[in-house]
Amino acid sequence: MTRHVIEIAELYKDYDTPAGVFPVLKDVNLTIDEGDYVAIMGPSGSGKSTFMNILGCLDRPTKGEYKLDNQSVKSLDRNDLAKLRNKTIGFVFQGFNLLARSSLLDNVSLPLVYASDSKSLRDDKSKKLLEKVGLGKYLHSKPNQISGGQQQRVAIARALINQPRIILADEPTGNLDSKTSEEIMALFDSLNKEGITIIIVTHENDIADHASRQVRFLDGKIVEDRCNKKQKEKT
Amino acid sequence: MFFSMLSEAWHGMSANRLRTFLTMLGMVIGVGAVVLMMAIGEGAQQSIKRSIDSMGSNLFVILSGSSSSSGSRSASGSSSTLNMNDATAIGDLEDIGAFAPISVGNAQIIYAGNNSNTAIVGTTPSYFSIRRWDVESGELFSDADIRSANRVALVGKTVVENLFGDEIDPIGKTIRIKKSPFTVVGVLEGKGQSFDGRDQDDTIIVPITTAQRKLFGNQIPGSVRMIMAQAKSEKYMGVAEDTINVLIRQRHNIRENAESDFSIRNLTAMAKTASETTKTMSMLLGAIASISLLVGGIGIMNIMLVSVTERTREIGIRMAIGAREKDILLQFLLEACVISIVGCVIGVALGLGGAMLVKKTFGAEILISMQSIVLAFSVAASVGVFFGYYPASKAAKLHPIEALRYQ
Repeated sequence: MTRHVIEIAELYKDYDTPAGVFPVLKDVNLTIDEGDYVAIMGPSGSGKSTFMNILGCLDRPTKGEYKLDNQSVKSLDRNDLAKLRNKTIGFVFQGFNLLARSSLLDNVSLPLVYASDSKSLRDDKSKKLLEKVGLGKYLHSKPNQISGGQQQRVAIARALINQPRIILADEPTGNLDSKTSEEIMALFDSLNKEGITIIIVTHENDIADHASRQVRFLDGKIVEDRCNKKQKEKT
Repeated sequence: MFFSMLSEAWHGMSANRLRTFLTMLGMVIGVGAVVLMMAIGEGAQQSIKRSIDSMGSNLFVILSGSSSSSGSRSASGSSSTLNMNDATAIGDLEDIGAFAPISVGNAQIIYAGNNSNTAIVGTTPSYFSIRRWDVESGELFSDADIRSANRVALVGKTVVENLFGDEIDPIGKTIRIKKSPFTVVGVLEGKGQSFDGRDQDDTIIVPITTAQRKLFGNQIPGSVRMIMAQAKSEKYMGVAEDTINVLIRQRHNIRENAESDFSIRNLTAMAKTASETTKTMSMLLGAIASISLLVGGIGIMNIMLVSVTERTREIGIRMAIGAREKDILLQFLLEACVISIVGCVIGVALGLGGAMLVKKTFGAEILISMQSIVLAFSVAASVGVFFGYYPASKAAKLHPIEALRYQ
């Protein structure tokens, strides 16, 4: 039996703007099982990024229930949320969000610093992961010395370092050309094969086709939630 | 954990070297100033303390004179109204432990073509015990020398330098004081400056009887310029001053309302005042220096605020991958502390260097105490924590989403 890693019920999110309260998410309901590969799609302003931030415990819903791993997130304080972001969730951003001054090794091992691992253990784990994403040669390079695709690989390695259950990727290929995008997606495919739940926000059909499930947002609501029959062959 | 944080802080600082350096400079100057000022202040206190110790403790000086005739007051000690019998009478008082009559004057002294003008003190052997003054070589003169008014002299270190130089052993040599020959029987140990700035080693001490009869040619035989008296202990000082006053007035037949023809100075009290003044001065110096430390601290706060704003996005990234509030707080707090502590180390070094320079250039006495360095360090660390806390907590309280979106 598959477990629900994410359960969302009647979720609302409003933003307070100078022009008044602006609802971004309205009555969102979604359940994601362990090992799912979900693409979240929709035009700009449809609320998909806001939804992603709530999934990633970076933001809190205004109203509604969000259960991560059967635990209601509502009752958690900032430190507990930080712990979830550290251990349970791995983030991959459109802009990579690496620390420019730190080496790739240090970037990848940063989450372990907050998990209080020892320096040697951290370096060991990070090195293995960088090798896994094909960057074993660049351990001590700085992010600006490698290409965008390579930077995203570093970001993925960083997201994986604490062996998270879920990877959240917000337009991970948005800044990359199509060939590099395919390479990155192939990496996600193989991670999903290893059993990691992957949720990708994208507005490109090509990218979404890698997922086994596609969820479409429009004006803060889910308007479509379907299985992807023509999911690309996993490499 | 702590060390990786520390190396993070170091990275953060080295990312903007010039700015870090300038921020640090505020701290460097502040700490340097505090260390330097404290070194100067404590040096001054030390030299005062040394001259007080060199003076002897619980001392009174009874000066003759202080008489006013037809409205004009002549300087104390200028006329000789005290005599040897007064001195003996003071010595007989219950509260007085020791006494020494003193005749002083300046005279030209000559040895083999060298000459100098030096203070001549005529006194009795008890003077040396009162002032805790001993010979470095040779020996003190004795009561027998007093009785027979021998021409013997004890010379201070400065006198030895001026007259004999390094080569010649002065003991047994004959010097001329006001043209009369004296045999040097001993060299006094160095006393340094008195608290009013005189060189106490530029002195020749001779038996008082010899001074009276052969050097100063007193009009009234047996008269002395001053009497030094030592109370048995500090608690008798007040009483002793009163009894001496009453005694001498009686002996001099001074009527109740008339002015005394002598004056009593409590040297210990004067020294205390001098020491208090120096203490106040050095506290004042320290206070002024601490203001620059404060300004340095505000500089740190300013830069940390800028740094937090600049690195908002970085803070967002860190939060997204699991940094807790306290992690961010610690990171920025550590950065502020590292700046202030490194600044403090450089400041202490500069302050010490400056103190050495002052010592060399101005010859001022400098005292570097461990205490002042420890104080500077702890103040600098607390300045770092105090002024770093607000920017750090501002960083830690950022909302992760807003921090991530910050451009």
